[in-house]
Amino acid sequence: MTGRALLLLRPALPLIVAVPALWALQAVAPPYVSIFLIALGVNVILAVSLNVVNGFTGQFSIGHAAFMAVGAYTAAKITTALRDVQIAGLPVGISDAVVFAAALGAGMLLAAVAGLLVGVPSLRLRGDYLAIVTLGFGEIIRVIIENSSFLGGATGISGLPPDTNIVWTGLGVVATVVMARRLQTSTQGRALLAIREDEVAAEAMGVDTVGWKVRAFVISAAFAGLAGGLLVHKILLCTPRMFTFVKSFEVVVMVVLGGMGSISGSIFAAAGLTLALEWLRGLDQYRMVIYSLLLVVLMLVRPTGLFGTRELWDHLPRWLGGRRVDGRMP
Amino acid sequence: MTELLQHLVNGISLGTIYALIALGYTMVYGVLKLINFAHGDVYMVGAFAGYYVATALDVQQRPGPGKAVAVFLGAMVVTGALGFAIERLAYRPLRARPRLAALITAIGVSFLLEYGFQLPSLRNQGSSLLGLLPGWGLAVPGWLSSLVAALPVDFPPGPTPRFFPEPFERVDWTVLGVHVSNYDVVSFAVAVGFMVGLQLVVYRTKFGTAMRAVSFDARIAGLMGIPVNRVISGTFVLGSVLAGVAALLVAGSRPRIDPIMGLMPGLKAFVAAVLGGIGSVPGAMVGGLALGLGEEMVAGYTSSSFRDGIAFAMLILVLLLRPEGLFGRVTVEKV
Repeated sequence: MTGRALLLLRPALPLIVAVPALWALQAVAPPYVSIFLIALGVNVILAVSLNVVNGFTGQFSIGHAAFMAVGAYTAAKITTALRDVQIAGLPVGISDAVVFAAALGAGMLLAAVAGLLVGVPSLRLRGDYLAIVTLGFGEIIRVIIENSSFLGGATGISGLPPDTNIVWTGLGVVATVVMARRLQTSTQGRALLAIREDEVAAEAMGVDTVGWKVRAFVISAAFAGLAGGLLVHKILLCTPRMFTFVKSFEVVVMVVLGGMGSISGSIFAAAGLTLALEWLRGLDQYRMVIYSLLLVVLMLVRPTGLFGTRELWDHLPRWLGGRRVDGRMP
Repeated sequence: MTELLQHLVNGISLGTIYALIALGYTMVYGVLKLINFAHGDVYMVGAFAGYYVATALDVQQRPGPGKAVAVFLGAMVVTGALGFAIERLAYRPLRARPRLAALITAIGVSFLLEYGFQLPSLRNQGSSLLGLLPGWGLAVPGWLSSLVAALPVDFPPGPTPRFFPEPFERVDWTVLGVHVSNYDVVSFAVAVGFMVGLQLVVYRTKFGTAMRAVSFDARIAGLMGIPVNRVISGTFVLGSVLAGVAALLVAGSRPRIDPIMGLMPGLKAFVAAVLGGIGSVPGAMVGGLALGLGEEMVAGYTSSSFRDGIAFAMLILVLLLRPEGLFGRVTVEKV
């Protein structure tokens, strides 16, 4: 193959590697491992997408679960409504997959709209307002869902088709990580990093700070919606109680622990915390206490998190795909 | 007409509570430029401290106005100490760091209080933290277990709601068709008393002058010989005491208390502080009253399920139209 063809192939490389590997994993994993891996993947998507706002842009949002809920409910509504529908001319499996993909896409879209509605008023102000406002909005969105009979009220929606498997989740993780990585090294991403480093200076340099903050927020909300859609089609139940601020807080802890601004840090922290929780299952009532202690101690001892803003792949040898971006990553 | 009057009375009594909590937010923001996320949880701790004092004094069986004063003093001492400890342990070490670090710590402290209070009681040997230790191969020291066994109350209280006992008999009056109880009157009088007192402290005492100086410019205030750290500690104590008072005043009319009771009042009081202009003491009072009245009117004339939404609708409007709030100054960020 010529070098040019390889270059064209490059963007598709993550998928070419991921899909067969995920199929293989799907085939061999026993049910409990598969549930665990899906939960892990969903947490990775959540942490990496929240990192776009909290890490890259330096705006502290703690209402991620609300966008997850919007995506989850949208997708759940669509798949339950189209449960018995088969697209003409397609086999059952493919027809279901098309419906599921469309439902996930719709969930991402509506979550993005919700992100826009929350982001526009609150991102006009400095970061510390955002934290309280997103917490408030998160609760409000949950209360709206709880009081809406169309969405099943407090009992939620049950009887969802079991569409999510390791392949779907893995593809979601790949999409999220590729998105975050591309964003980080793009012109647009540099604008976000500039806002994090110094908002006033960024504005003086001609960065439309409010506009970019809102865009980051919308992207992050969309991927939270994807995570929500994936999660509910594994546990086959969608209730408001799954999307309280406890969930938001869990994601925040993952991002802060991994290092705000580091994609690989978020992945490691999300995987590590999911694993730790699985291990400490008996201590469920201590979970939030452990999280909050972790957060406070982390801030006092190592405020940059485990990775800081560094990335794992910046330190890999070249033959393993490591490449240093020109200069240090900010 | 009577209905309007009733809503006005309810709105004002709710508004004074929001104002008391909002004062804590606004004073801390004034001196530290930090939103004290844990403020709503200090309010919660105040309610529980009052509850414990009331239980210890057996208010349930033998109520009395003297005991009410004792309950207030107990709650104020506990919340004041808690405010001092939070500032000292969690915020002061981070003061030189970026603001985001302090914000994250504040969120952590807030959740620590909320969920720490939901843990099973230490007296409950089976499921409490002490009960778990032997399972990990750690021995519980004898003095500790005997101390815990001697605890007169359940601490931490756990997630089940508790009910605040009434320290004196409730008397209901009907004036012009408006229902008012003696609790409403006492609560309003106490709240106004504390606000007037605060106003005197801030504008008439040496400490208040120092506080305003630190709020204006902490570095220069330090150069002028003002003990900045002590002033900041004092501000935290003052704000936390007000939150404790607010919690007890609420408990008079809504006696149900639980570990996450601080979340919504905390958020709403924050909205009130932003509405009045964060950092402004009179702004917090006006903002609290406006929010209480607005909430009561909307809940009374439309549907009570909008009650919690109104605060956030108000917040969005303020942020879009007048982000500095009613009494706030427009601040230009300087480099």
